[in-house]
Amino acid sequence: MGDFVQLIVSGTATGAIYALAALGFTLLWQAAGVINFAQGEFVMVPAFSMLFFIAAGAPLWLAFLLTCALAMLVLGYGFKRMIVDPLIKHGVIPLVIATLGLSIAVKSIVRAGYSAEAHPFPSPFPPGQFALAGINVSYADVGTLVLAGAIVVGLQAFLNRTVTGRAMQAVAQNTEAAKVLGINVKRMVLYVFLINAVLAVVAALLVTPTYLAKFDMGDSIGQKAFFAAIIGGFNQTRGALLGGVLIGVLENVVGFYVSPAYKEGVALLLFLLVILFRPEGLLGKSEERKV
Amino acid sequence: MNATTAKSGLLAAALVALAVAAAFMKRSDVYLLSLCCVYLMATFGLNLTVGYAGQMSLGQAAFFGIGAYHAAILLKLGFPFFVVLPIAAVSCFAIGLALGFPALRVQHHYLAFATLGFNVLVFLVMRNEEKVTGGTFGISGIPRPTVLGVSMEGHLAFFYFTLASLVVLAVLLWWLLRSPWGRAFAALRDNPIRAESLGVNITAYTLLAFAIGAACAGVGGVYYAALVEFIEPGPFHVSTSLLMLLAVIVGGSGRFFGPVLGTIIIILLPELLRSSSMEALKFMQKWYLVFFGVAVVALMVWLPGGLLSIGDRFRKAPAAKEKNS
Repeated sequence: MGDFVQLIVSGTATGAIYALAALGFTLLWQAAGVINFAQGEFVMVPAFSMLFFIAAGAPLWLAFLLTCALAMLVLGYGFKRMIVDPLIKHGVIPLVIATLGLSIAVKSIVRAGYSAEAHPFPSPFPPGQFALAGINVSYADVGTLVLAGAIVVGLQAFLNRTVTGRAMQAVAQNTEAAKVLGINVKRMVLYVFLINAVLAVVAALLVTPTYLAKFDMGDSIGQKAFFAAIIGGFNQTRGALLGGVLIGVLENVVGFYVSPAYKEGVALLLFLLVILFRPEGLLGKSEERKV
Repeated sequence: MNATTAKSGLLAAALVALAVAAAFMKRSDVYLLSLCCVYLMATFGLNLTVGYAGQMSLGQAAFFGIGAYHAAILLKLGFPFFVVLPIAAVSCFAIGLALGFPALRVQHHYLAFATLGFNVLVFLVMRNEEKVTGGTFGISGIPRPTVLGVSMEGHLAFFYFTLASLVVLAVLLWWLLRSPWGRAFAALRDNPIRAESLGVNITAYTLLAFAIGAACAGVGGVYYAALVEFIEPGPFHVSTSLLMLLAVIVGGSGRFFGPVLGTIIIILLPELLRSSSMEALKFMQKWYLVFFGVAVVALMVWLPGGLLSIGDRFRKAPAAKEKNS
């Protein structure tokens, strides 16, 4: 029983990280109609950027803040201006292909230009664990849950409570109507790209201490992000959260009780079940795509 | 009519020239050409899914691998090559149907995610089920076939055999696309809603295109196993699927010969860079994937129809595309 609860706790923590990447993915899809196949690399690049600042002598928190600023500039604004804006008019598929090309290019740049090795990454949380009602919980899991939870709650509050956040939701729901109401659609879409970049940096901060910084670390987390987003419901930000946590917990349980070798297959299986029985996602509302 | 005859004549002449040239090539170059033919079987199939049915598949390498492992296991058990070939093709076709059905039922771009996950899963099975697949050690000593009493053991003989098989496969696909049945594919890619209103069952046709594409990859996999004579999970990773997809897109998806150009770029070019002795080219080899990735992005921005659409761009004749597709 104790094992089981521990698996749930650490699975929820891992799932919360998936959820952060999935959240950015969902937001991009809602507001800009972008499916970003380089989402995993958007997590990998900040990990190396933070390592770079740390190597230059900055403490972790400063490296994190600097990377956030850089990510907003490059992965947010730059990605939108250089790749999304010129391509969005051609439709979804050329843009998807371009993000695939981007993913290959970024991975290869890190491998050829820097290193193909896995690099250790400092944890933002103290090591060790503590006992809570007879169950051992690590500080890292708790810290991850608290930080990821705070970000998700904060983002929800921003989207639901502030004028800017509500305007962003309006753009996601109906771009034309939002424009008629005088909302600056372009600016709102840009905000979504910036938020996505920051979410990716936070995911990198939380996931890299266990995954290690490696050029292909984004493959796995990117895939989990897609599946989490679809399982939860592509058109619901809360869905990404549920999907991420569900994948994280089930992976842990399957890895422990069934076979660690097939942990990576859990997300696919869950995805296939969801699209067979509840295609709009667990929390999603079915929608008619525009013609 | 005349243009078509001239084109097929030119193509036949090119094939004959290639076959003659191969007789004078180094052993390693013939091997590379055979490898190209083998990958082309898979990318021709993928072009059916991507170019004609307008769907993204990120799992072609998984089907390629399934075909290869079928071949490795069955050929070593002593099954004849021409029995293994249909078994592998039918298995891939059936798996394609089973995987494509749930994905295509919902939203069409879900196929991309389903195939991506499927490829990851297949890779895990190949690596972990050591009793069947040999795990990371793979399966070695795969025999090459004997066709009509002629042994395909020699590298040149096997190249001719692969090239001939590729031509047969290409002709079959060409015939399929010219048939009324195949024209429905193009119709649903160009305007799915119109196609549906004309009575084309979009989901059924897309599913079939995907499954046929998967079967082609399975066939390619069988030839791959016989060519390389040793297989392990590495070549069937998701990254190969991505390269195959990009090969089709870069060449020009929905153009019959698009995959040829794309496959040369992804298979032949990096190998030529690797084997070259010039320092500058050695440098290129390391950075090859970087250039390739950036080139794909640039291509999507400036020439979303692929390299073979460059002619249309200059002619600015919108009719040309319809004629080619």
